[in-house]
Amino acid sequence: MEIIWLIPLLPGIGAAVTGLFGIRFFSKAQTAFVACTSMALAALLSIYAFVQLLALPAEARVYFVVVAPWIPAIPLETAGGIGEFAVDWGFRLDPLSGMMILIVSGIGLLIHLYSTSYMHGESSGGYARFFCYLNLFCSFMLTLVLGSNFLVMFVGWEGVGLCSYLLIGFWYHKQSATDAGKKAFLVNRIGDWGFVLGIFLVFFTFGTIDFEEVMVSAAAMPIEAAGFGVISLICLLLFIGATGKSAQIPLYVWLPDAMEGPTPVSALIHAATMVTAGVYMVCRSATLFTHAPMVMTGVAIIGALTALMAASIGLLQTDIKRVLAYSTVSQLGYMFLATGVGAFGAAAFHLMTHAFFKALLFLGSGSVIHAMDEEQDMRAMGGLKLYMPVTFVTMLVGTLAIAGIPPFAGFFSKDEILFQTFLHNRALWVIAVLTAGMTSFYMFRLMAMTFYGKYRGPAWKSAAVGHDGADHHGADAGEDADDGHGTWHGPHESPAPMTGTLMALAIGAIVAGFVGIPAALGGSNAIEHFLEPSFVVSADHDVGEASGVALAGAGGEHEVSHGMELGLMILSIFVALGGLALAHRLYLKQPELAGAWKARWAGVHQLLFNKYYVDEMYQSTVVRGTMSGGRGLWRFDRRVVDGAVNGSSWLTLVSSWCSGLFDRYVVDGAVNLVGWSVSESSFSLRRIQTGLIQNYALTMLIGVFVFVSLYLLVG
Amino acid sequence: MSNVAEFPLLSLILFTPLAGAIVLLFVNHQSTDKIRWIANIVAGIGFLVSLPLWFWYEPRGTQWQFVERLSWIPSIGADYFLGVDGFSALLVLLATMMGSIAILSSWTAITERVKEYYVFLLLLQTGMIGAFVALDALLFFLFWEVMLVPMYFLIGIWGSDRRLYSAIKFFLYTLVGSVVMLLGLLAIYFEHQAITGIYSFDITRFHGLDLPVDLQWWVFLALFLGFAVKVPMFPFHTWLPDAHTDAPTAGSVILAAVLLKMGTYGFIRFSLPILPEATATFVPMVVTLSIIGIIYGALVALAQRDWKRLVAYSSVSHMGLVMLGMFALTPVGITGSIVQQLNHGISTGALFLIVGIVYERRHTREIAEYGGLSKVMPVYAVIFLIMTLSSIGLPTLNGFIGEILILQGVFVVNKMWAAVAATGIVLGAAYMLWLYQRTMFGNIENPKNKSLPDLNAREVATFVPLIVLAFWIGLYPAPFLNRLESSVTYVMSHVNSTYAPQNVEAAVDMQVRGQ
Repeated sequence: MEIIWLIPLLPGIGAAVTGLFGIRFFSKAQTAFVACTSMALAALLSIYAFVQLLALPAEARVYFVVVAPWIPAIPLETAGGIGEFAVDWGFRLDPLSGMMILIVSGIGLLIHLYSTSYMHGESSGGYARFFCYLNLFCSFMLTLVLGSNFLVMFVGWEGVGLCSYLLIGFWYHKQSATDAGKKAFLVNRIGDWGFVLGIFLVFFTFGTIDFEEVMVSAAAMPIEAAGFGVISLICLLLFIGATGKSAQIPLYVWLPDAMEGPTPVSALIHAATMVTAGVYMVCRSATLFTHAPMVMTGVAIIGALTALMAASIGLLQTDIKRVLAYSTVSQLGYMFLATGVGAFGAAAFHLMTHAFFKALLFLGSGSVIHAMDEEQDMRAMGGLKLYMPVTFVTMLVGTLAIAGIPPFAGFFSKDEILFQTFLHNRALWVIAVLTAGMTSFYMFRLMAMTFYGKYRGPAWKSAAVGHDGADHHGADAGEDADDGHGTWHGPHESPAPMTGTLMALAIGAIVAGFVGIPAALGGSNAIEHFLEPSFVVSADHDVGEASGVALAGAGGEHEVSHGMELGLMILSIFVALGGLALAHRLYLKQPELAGAWKARWAGVHQLLFNKYYVDEMYQSTVVRGTMSGGRGLWRFDRRVVDGAVNGSSWLTLVSSWCSGLFDRYVVDGAVNLVGWSVSESSFSLRRIQTGLIQNYALTMLIGVFVFVSLYLLVG
Repeated sequence: MSNVAEFPLLSLILFTPLAGAIVLLFVNHQSTDKIRWIANIVAGIGFLVSLPLWFWYEPRGTQWQFVERLSWIPSIGADYFLGVDGFSALLVLLATMMGSIAILSSWTAITERVKEYYVFLLLLQTGMIGAFVALDALLFFLFWEVMLVPMYFLIGIWGSDRRLYSAIKFFLYTLVGSVVMLLGLLAIYFEHQAITGIYSFDITRFHGLDLPVDLQWWVFLALFLGFAVKVPMFPFHTWLPDAHTDAPTAGSVILAAVLLKMGTYGFIRFSLPILPEATATFVPMVVTLSIIGIIYGALVALAQRDWKRLVAYSSVSHMGLVMLGMFALTPVGITGSIVQQLNHGISTGALFLIVGIVYERRHTREIAEYGGLSKVMPVYAVIFLIMTLSSIGLPTLNGFIGEILILQGVFVVNKMWAAVAATGIVLGAAYMLWLYQRTMFGNIENPKNKSLPDLNAREVATFVPLIVLAFWIGLYPAPFLNRLESSVTYVMSHVNSTYAPQNVEAAVDMQVRGQ
């Protein structure tokens, strides 16, 4: 375990190799080999570390490594007197980060494999660039989850943001892609504003930014039940950071646009890993959040509202990736809802299952887009299950998982969240159940529009034609050289690396939930027990009754009977089936009904279809306000600030001219022309010096300088 | 002054460029390649001879190292007195490095009056180094003024567009400030005589003075004007965008990387330790102007259509952050402020080189003239990206270390200052990424850009040291921070009694025992 720092380093080395040498010199196979090997090694090492972690007794499962000092100690004032600001390159392996490195390196490796095939149309330079970014992303993501203090986590946090920026704008010749990348980066920066201030306040309050030390100190502090104290402020600021990275209200707007990136990127970064960093950070700071009940309530409300809002937008989107993007926002909302009600284990559990089924769904959609020759509009699809059975079946698994149909993975994790919310706050539970219904509806709608019904896409040239006329084929291939497929022969199943990845993830989407079977179904909720030490500071650190409270999860289940829990489960299964049935009716059985409903609720339809006009609102307030503020200040700078400077120089000139006239006419001819010019220049210089300095040496210097400059500039 | 060197290293560093300039005077002005070679070699030697400042400087050694002292004008008590601490040693290294990079970058850009150009650049080099190593206030002032003249000619002769206007504006604006500053220095000089009975310009003696508060007040304002113009702080900044925009590339690089540091150096060397009470009094004013500068500079940068002017306004914003960190008057804030001065030299210097490269190829700075350059100039695009990220403070690069230290150092003093200043980081990302998008991404719409050549080996060489430093400071800043420790402690012991050495040690001891 001493070598856990190698886990983030390995993909970093891969990125350096593909970046420095690959873009110029490597063939695609060589690039793929380097990138996948570095990821495979990281994954193996992660498994090795995780196994070692499991071998330890449950209460001792934490391991720290300090690789090097980063910022050496500098004295600085804190709330408790003068402390020292010092930061190490420190890494930490515990159950939470152990689970995360498995997800990141495992799904990361699968997506690397998928991409070797998906990105094959790129030139070898572009191919290497893509894998360089992708490797770099994994490196930063592993740094993020393994960091043992807030600042190392922040390194990963910003690093993944950078890679996200680069990968969204991977096709940099497309304006929409680079716009989306820039938007993602800037919206995240707004969140980072809160995050860094939170880190500063953590240091000021606790005199350290090391997770372990902070959580131990925080556990000893009283819960801020009555008011909004310093821990509440810390949590609020950290949560602002989380809303940026994890796309929550009000900073979720970048994620749907991020779909401009290649689909494997959407799957890895914008579904499975990076966007969950906010949830991870809140879980990592669980002890702080449990001490700030007001902020917890806020987190739960934001999470629930985001879940509902994004799901409602997802109901009517027609772009297959955008549906999934809003679905991701919505599912992240669930995770924050869970953290907000204190069910950190449930949040992390859902994070894990979501990583499988959402990566699966995105890669499935990538397979569809690949098959449809870059078409993303579901209205131009339909009936595809005939052409691509593997993609269809695996996506169906993913859909069943996200909809919460047992025994697929999403059922267990989502139901745990619903149950914990029910115990905590009935109103939020109603929202969450409503969202579950919508989720089921928009996912089965997606399946119906894509795979069922009649094929609605463009016609294609049959394969035979393409093979017959060689020159005809050549011309087309030249035209389509960009996507590298040559003539499109209609929808087709994707090649083996892609379908293989889909099948692997589908297995994950089926079995991942079994680690968290609740007691009510005869399970032991193993994952939450495993993760619990990461959320509760261990007992020997506890001071008084302050710690170990308000943490729902495994312990909370005693409050309600298993019967109640089973009842709620059955209810949510019915809600999911209801969504399915409605989608089936509207999009397969009675498509005309959809049109009728659209006409009947035109206003609501418009509002949802246009995503509540939030983008337009931000555009006209924040963006336009900043830009016109900039232009206004630029005018102010030229006219007022610089105007004052130029004005004073003008005044100097005028006054020296006046004194020149005075000399000439009043000191009546006593001064000849040469004398006049000398006096004029000396007056003007004296004015410039505001008459305060009578330094002959300086005057001489200026004199010499004037003559030299006349010589050089004029001569 | 125990650490008097047997070997006059600082004099060697100081006069190498001057000697080179004198040699150049005797070279025929038509053999331009010979002139270029000599200038580059001299600058390279100048950098090499300054390297002992890195290797021989002892972070735990005496306060002033490599000290040299000769009598200069005995009648008024002015000495030829040189010496460095960690702070000025790093600035000298920055000056010698950026100087050789600037000279290397001019190889093909300057084709007229080549000889005069290099003579001025080398003279400028001596002036800058002199200001950093002088421990005698009069000597400092002399070098301070010496710097102006070559810079004036560099802008006025080899500049573009409104070069004369910009050159004169630069010269007069700085001169006004420095004349007032001289008054302030003279006031300290006479007060020193009144208190001790000795006529001396020795800065280290000035540091020991306990000046009356009302005098401190006036002297602070006088020095403030001189230094604030140079930094430049809002609202004294308007000479900077003009000077930068019209200066030749090497001039902009030197101006941004080194000349602006004169102002911040002056604050740390003079204002803070000599005038501690006045400094404390004026904290609200300086902080307000700094924060305005951060946000104002960033917003105005957002509105620019001229690539170089955008970078110039980003300088206003970044230097505002440097001033803010300094006037937090905490060790972390001042350390961050100094690190950020180096960072600004590295990243903004590089950004001006970057503009210079396309300017040399296309002779326009209009952002709209570009777009899609990463297709034809991939190496250039990568370097520009790294420097953009360095400028916006991405972790693992240098800018992050400076920003985080400054803001943390400010935060513990006043949370609102830090909160408002941190918005500048959001805006900084906005104008830089937008610039990058407009110039590098998209398709090449302008046919003139279709065949732009990528960087040649010489151009790459100008960036390599800057990229190495950007990663070095970002990943492992300890060697830099260790060198700054004694400088920061020295200033803090004057200006903020909370951090007097005995207090800090006691507090840390107590913490250790507590755990």
